[in-house]
Amino acid sequence: MAGIYLHIPFCRQACHYCDFHFSTSHKNKDEFVLSLLKEIELRRDYLQGEKIDTIYFGGGTPSLLSADEIARIIDRLQQFHDLSGVKEVTLEANPDDLTATYLRKLRHTAVNRLSIGIQSFRDQDLKLMNRAHDSKQAQRCVPEAADIGFENVTIDLIYGIPGLSQSDWQRNLETALLLPINHLSSYCLTVEPKTALAFQVNKGKVPAVNDDEAADQFDYLISFTEAAGMPWYEVSNFAKPGFESKHNSSYWTGARYLGLGPAAHSFNGKNRSWNVKSNAGYIQQINENILPSEEETLTAEERFNEVVLTSLRTRKGLTLADIRKYGNENTLKSILEIARKKADRELLELGDEKIVLTRKGLLFADAIASEFFITT
Amino acid sequence: MENIRNFCIIAHIDHGKSTLADRLLEYTNTVSKKDLQAQVLDDMDLERERGITIKSHAIQMNYELDGKKYILNLIDTPGHVDFSYEVSRSIAACEGALLIVDAAQGIQAQTISNLYLALENDLTIIPILNKIDLPSAEPELVKDQIVDLLGCEREEIIPASGKTGMGVMDILKAIIARIPAPKGNPNAPLKALIFDSVFNSFRGIIAYYKVIDGEFRKGAHVKFFATGSQYHADEIGILKLDKAPRDVVKTGDVGYIISGIKDAKEVKVGDTITNVNDPCLSAIEGFEDVKPMVFAGIYPVDTEDYEELRFSIEKLQLNDASLVFEPESSAALGFGFRCGFLGMLHMEIIQERLEREFNMTVITTVPNVSYHAYLTNGEEFVVNNPSDFPDPSKMDRIEEPYIKATIITKSEFIGPIMSLCINKRGVIMNQSYLTTDRVELIFNMPMAEIVFDFYDKLKSISKGYASFDYHQIGYQKSDLVRLDIRLNGEPVDALSALIHRDNSFTFGKKICEKLKELITRQQFEIAIQAAIGAKIIARETIKALRKDVTAKCYGGDISRKRKLLEKQKEGKKRMRQVGSVEIPQQAFLAVLKLD
Repeated sequence: MAGIYLHIPFCRQACHYCDFHFSTSHKNKDEFVLSLLKEIELRRDYLQGEKIDTIYFGGGTPSLLSADEIARIIDRLQQFHDLSGVKEVTLEANPDDLTATYLRKLRHTAVNRLSIGIQSFRDQDLKLMNRAHDSKQAQRCVPEAADIGFENVTIDLIYGIPGLSQSDWQRNLETALLLPINHLSSYCLTVEPKTALAFQVNKGKVPAVNDDEAADQFDYLISFTEAAGMPWYEVSNFAKPGFESKHNSSYWTGARYLGLGPAAHSFNGKNRSWNVKSNAGYIQQINENILPSEEETLTAEERFNEVVLTSLRTRKGLTLADIRKYGNENTLKSILEIARKKADRELLELGDEKIVLTRKGLLFADAIASEFFITT
Repeated sequence: MENIRNFCIIAHIDHGKSTLADRLLEYTNTVSKKDLQAQVLDDMDLERERGITIKSHAIQMNYELDGKKYILNLIDTPGHVDFSYEVSRSIAACEGALLIVDAAQGIQAQTISNLYLALENDLTIIPILNKIDLPSAEPELVKDQIVDLLGCEREEIIPASGKTGMGVMDILKAIIARIPAPKGNPNAPLKALIFDSVFNSFRGIIAYYKVIDGEFRKGAHVKFFATGSQYHADEIGILKLDKAPRDVVKTGDVGYIISGIKDAKEVKVGDTITNVNDPCLSAIEGFEDVKPMVFAGIYPVDTEDYEELRFSIEKLQLNDASLVFEPESSAALGFGFRCGFLGMLHMEIIQERLEREFNMTVITTVPNVSYHAYLTNGEEFVVNNPSDFPDPSKMDRIEEPYIKATIITKSEFIGPIMSLCINKRGVIMNQSYLTTDRVELIFNMPMAEIVFDFYDKLKSISKGYASFDYHQIGYQKSDLVRLDIRLNGEPVDALSALIHRDNSFTFGKKICEKLKELITRQQFEIAIQAAIGAKIIARETIKALRKDVTAKCYGGDISRKRKLLEKQKEGKKRMRQVGSVEIPQQAFLAVLKLD
């Protein structure tokens, strides 16, 4: 069980909230693809021949790649990995790239799942976030993809946007769930430091995200998706049963993954490594046959903390077995002690086998996780 | 003896005392220019930075005039009202004083009160108009002030500049010509006045004294009157830039004694040294056991540092006997110490020294003065801590210390200063014009009122011009209450304060508002209440936090998020918890500076 992530570090324009690695200059895109093909070869042994389940093109904006380029990349992966068991090949795409022509060509590649960055069906939200598409493109792209034969489509929606009222949010969700999708990723707008949004908020040009409104919107999101048959399975992910993202789930279950491309992270069960956050630097080092990455080995405590952090976000929860496996009896004892108090305040459900956050608790997933952390 | 001159310097902060003193040392070749690390006398970093003298110092200069050799002992005095007792003892060791007045700023309250002390001790005053070279100097006006104050002749005032060295020779001449030689009896039994002590980590406590009568011989078997302890004078000597050992320190001279004393408490400023075998009949008058005036809890930021804090405070006490402490514990802050200080500046200094010299960051609780409680059953005791406050139903009365406050200001600020003092429960006792635009105001007011930000406020409403000095004048009955702060019903002992009932409502309200600002929203609603007994007098509510971050968390986010949360958890270790409410440390400190 292993996944491969490919980071495509180009965007048409910079979304104001985004702190991922990307460039709006596309002049070295061809070179980048060549470097990526080469990195696939250089890191062929990272997963030690393990069978691959999932492939994920993330970004940036992977839909800026042509279908040909995507096909070449998958072919190259095929050369060095056993892809016979691959069930899910996801491509993140922006509505403005998903023309009928592009979708048709994409159909002929191995890509079988589209993750479309719609974010909102309202033009004022899209403008505030500096997205490249408009509400019409947002509405049109999903049915079009379905018509052309993409049965497995997920979209992204953002809540907590300044100016997005509770009823606006309800309408966005209603619009979304009328579309032929079987999965939804929904995040709260986060003002990450050093982003354009952070600058605007600090200057008072954009009002800060209101936590109380965002909490109400989250609450509604949970109820609405539950009622619509697409319940939450992770804090920010919702799916019809059986359509949970296999690739992303592997991040939360501690499976191994190989990350390729600038800024991509890899994890082999013990070490985490990450590539340089620069397109030019990436290309240059790959050309010189150098792996452009740094690495850290997780201590037992860090590994434990990651398990806590990721599994508390999921509906499967943090199992007592995992606490024992990654920690020890004392850790279990102290976590249970904290958990009992949290259970009294209805932040979590404490079962015989696992700890699962309640709807109220999900809003504090980070804080609760950190209370369970082991620190030395 | 007739060639000895003992003198001190009376000056307000920033009037140039240290610079001028340095010039004296330079002109008498006591210190070479090379060694003259700006302001030799203030040797604590803290003193140099703040421009104030915390400890007394003494230094001997040799000077030749008209073929005669003179010994000039400069006894430097602390420059803050918190240390007025030490000042009085240093003054008592002198026959003369240089009164240094800034030619631009004129006479200030501190100067006057110390001047009165000097006059009471019959010291000869040499008025010096310093900083005469400043463009903003108003020499004639300030000379008028000095003449008014001293009743001296204008010609007696020496114009000087510590910066350029102007007037320094005239000052040296005046010291010799005007200040009388000490008048002790060389044949009487030894009688020496301790005016300060310092701690040396190798040699223990070194006491500084002036020989009033008789002479001090090396190896002498001596006793200290007040403490009754006896010592052998292992080493005695005089104070040059460093200690200069001698076999004898003669009548009228100033010197030091090292006798293996380990603890500063054994050497009390104002005590008398005499010989065990041939003792003087009586001690020198004016000795007092210095009592702390202000009390506050000091706690380690990290509860695990308690033992280290104890060690640090003990060390500090070795060279600062006026610091007293005893262990106390708080539900909110854990284990710490109830400390007594001479005043607010002393408290700040201790806190800063703990930080600088011992690397101990501490939390200080709301300071209070010392109260006298009288119970209905006739019992009486001292209340130094809100937790000692007796059950009001069993209390007959409680008394609080009062001070006589002297404020000197430009007349344009009288109005706001009056309001300030009246708001602080002050009663005006006297108002007199020193010159046409300088007024001296005298108030009687509760000392508790100057513990909180009085000095800062005075400075700000008078644009920095008003100067302030005070003396304790005894106890008066008070309507004192204990104000408790509760978070979700749980009292936070470290935030309790003893306060006059009239101020309690405003204070309680301010504290609640401040806490609302400082305590971050938590997963539940927090009620902040100020209460007197069972009665709630102020309340603020911190609404429950609805969410923390619910961003996505994929491959690249995991370790970043983990690191962030680990860091937050580490930060929380420094939070204090009362019930389930987390209180940041700043909350405990911020209540010291409300408004």
